[in-house]
Amino acid sequence: MIQIVKRSNISKTDNFKIKCFAILLSLLVLGMFLLVISLNPIDVYVGLIKGSFGSSYSIQQTLIKAIPLIITSLGISIAFKMQFWNIGGEGQIVMGAFAATFFALKFPNMNTVPLLLIMFCAGILGGGLWALIAAVLKGRWNTNETIVTLMLNYIALKFVTYLQYGPWRDKNAMGFPKIPDFSANATLPDVFGINMGWIIAIILVIIVHIFMKYTKKGYEISVLGESEKTAMYAGIKIRKTMYTAIFLSGALCGIAGVIQVSAVTRALSADVAGGAGFTAIIIAWLSALSAPVIVIASILFAALLEGASFIQTAFGIPEAAAQLIQAIILFFVLGSEFFTKYKINFKFQGKLKEENKNE
Amino acid sequence: MNSITTFLAAAVVAGTPLLFATLGELLTEKVGNLNLGVEGMMLMGSVIGFMAGLSTGNPILAMIAAAIAGAFGALIYAFLTITLRANQVVCGLTLTIFGTGFSSMVGKKLIGQVTPDKIKAFFVPVRIPVIGHIPFIGDIFFNQDVFVYLGYVITILLYIYLYKTAKGLNTMAVGENPAAADAASINVNAYKYVNTLIGGALCGLGGAYLSLVYVPAWQENVTAGRGWIAVALVIFATWRPHRALIGAYLFGGLDILGFRLQGLPGFEISQYLIDLLPYVVTIVILVIVSMKKATKNSPPAGLSIPYFREER
Repeated sequence: MIQIVKRSNISKTDNFKIKCFAILLSLLVLGMFLLVISLNPIDVYVGLIKGSFGSSYSIQQTLIKAIPLIITSLGISIAFKMQFWNIGGEGQIVMGAFAATFFALKFPNMNTVPLLLIMFCAGILGGGLWALIAAVLKGRWNTNETIVTLMLNYIALKFVTYLQYGPWRDKNAMGFPKIPDFSANATLPDVFGINMGWIIAIILVIIVHIFMKYTKKGYEISVLGESEKTAMYAGIKIRKTMYTAIFLSGALCGIAGVIQVSAVTRALSADVAGGAGFTAIIIAWLSALSAPVIVIASILFAALLEGASFIQTAFGIPEAAAQLIQAIILFFVLGSEFFTKYKINFKFQGKLKEENKNE
Repeated sequence: MNSITTFLAAAVVAGTPLLFATLGELLTEKVGNLNLGVEGMMLMGSVIGFMAGLSTGNPILAMIAAAIAGAFGALIYAFLTITLRANQVVCGLTLTIFGTGFSSMVGKKLIGQVTPDKIKAFFVPVRIPVIGHIPFIGDIFFNQDVFVYLGYVITILLYIYLYKTAKGLNTMAVGENPAAADAASINVNAYKYVNTLIGGALCGLGGAYLSLVYVPAWQENVTAGRGWIAVALVIFATWRPHRALIGAYLFGGLDILGFRLQGLPGFEISQYLIDLLPYVVTIVILVIVSMKKATKNSPPAGLSIPYFREER
């Protein structure tokens, strides 16, 4: 006889232990899957670590990959805190990058500092307004935001593809369909060998952490996420709070887009987001929507991505393995949350009968 | 056959994978489970169905394999959300990531492979006697392949199941008010599991149609967002199977519009802009549906709320 009892509360260490156990279990299951497709799981795991942290070059690459993940996850976490399922991070990154590219291509010879500032402002507006579409539709007519943000992803991606083959096509690229590269002035400079996006990311982590934990607006967002009715009785302006939060959510994704296009790809294309918008959803959830934990989780996921491209060359495992690993880890962590919320009591049939007799 | 009937017949073909996926998601949502993993389950079905088709050359086995693959994806989702009571939205999203990764990994060696001729021959359009000769309608609907006909049959079966059988009414009771259903001694979890799994199997079949018949070859990410359109189509159909049929074929038409218009002389708009159309129309339709707030058009009341007997 199994009895499920709700836990009243759970200590942080127990919670951490359960999550770690879940991750270990997921690696075990993955290992079995790797054995099935006749690969040595230990080789693969060692390869993953080697490819992501094995040399100073690979550490650099891992951190470069972590920057957009951190910033996008911050954005997603604000929306999720409000139980607004923004899965449009990918599109918001692309629209941020698009807005920045507009100015980068228009004023390629402007001084670096003012040009970058304009590009960041444009990116914030681009990403924020793109997300706001879904928020306004939800605010007015209660339209399902999951689907709308997702459709907006596809629209953003196809729009950039259209620009790439149409109006923004580089005439000097010998007929190759691409959007022109950024000028040196429009490129984000490096600090300690990594583009200065990492400084922006750290600043944003601190700002978002303070905003969500210690300001009135941040508190209102979490109340709204817990219960719309409570928020209403507390006199929180629901629509206004939602619009602000979602604009911020999209704006952060937009910033990630500006950094990607200006420092990493250096030309706008549909691949500028490269799945960061989706990975960020997982990171935000795994980190329990907490800004400091997001940093650690993002670096680990970036390592997974970087390691996956290494094992692709080393073992010929398709890069999609990274996606599979992410998903399996998340499945286990999602499942483990049950054990943080509930306790399972096993009772033997005989004992139970005795108890019944006593009643 | 003139060009309009050709276009409409092609719209039905393009709408068939959407139809299967939409019906699958519709059934899943009827028991109160919002499974956003449709895209993932379609991809799993498409790659496993294709593999089975390639190795056995048997179309029926390929379809069964695809359905099992889709149901397997749904089983992961069902175990997490029903038994372990995890968040439905996040589990669904993870399932999509899982399915995408799974299909590209398994399908890596299949890229460039083409559906075997034996299977192609099985899925050649067959004109149905008598009704196939009705002008216009016969050409559009009854001169199609077996898979398309299966779509009609499943739509009708689903309609009968949901509205005319006791099991179907129980299913809807579970989705509307699980506590009341439980009190009426309906096994809530069993209904949730069975319907979610059947829903997954239908999504898998939708994916298999793409790789086996529609393309017909293996290409990475063959679904290209169709799974998400299916999720939106369930809302468009206001959770009714017969409207899912209309919606799926409508979107099938939108899907091929860009390509078809491109061939017309004097047509100036870029193909890439027309490719945007299905996604824009999805949003517009969602807004229109959400503007009309009729209760009969609303989702099952228990949608995306996990059910705990202990917390009643």
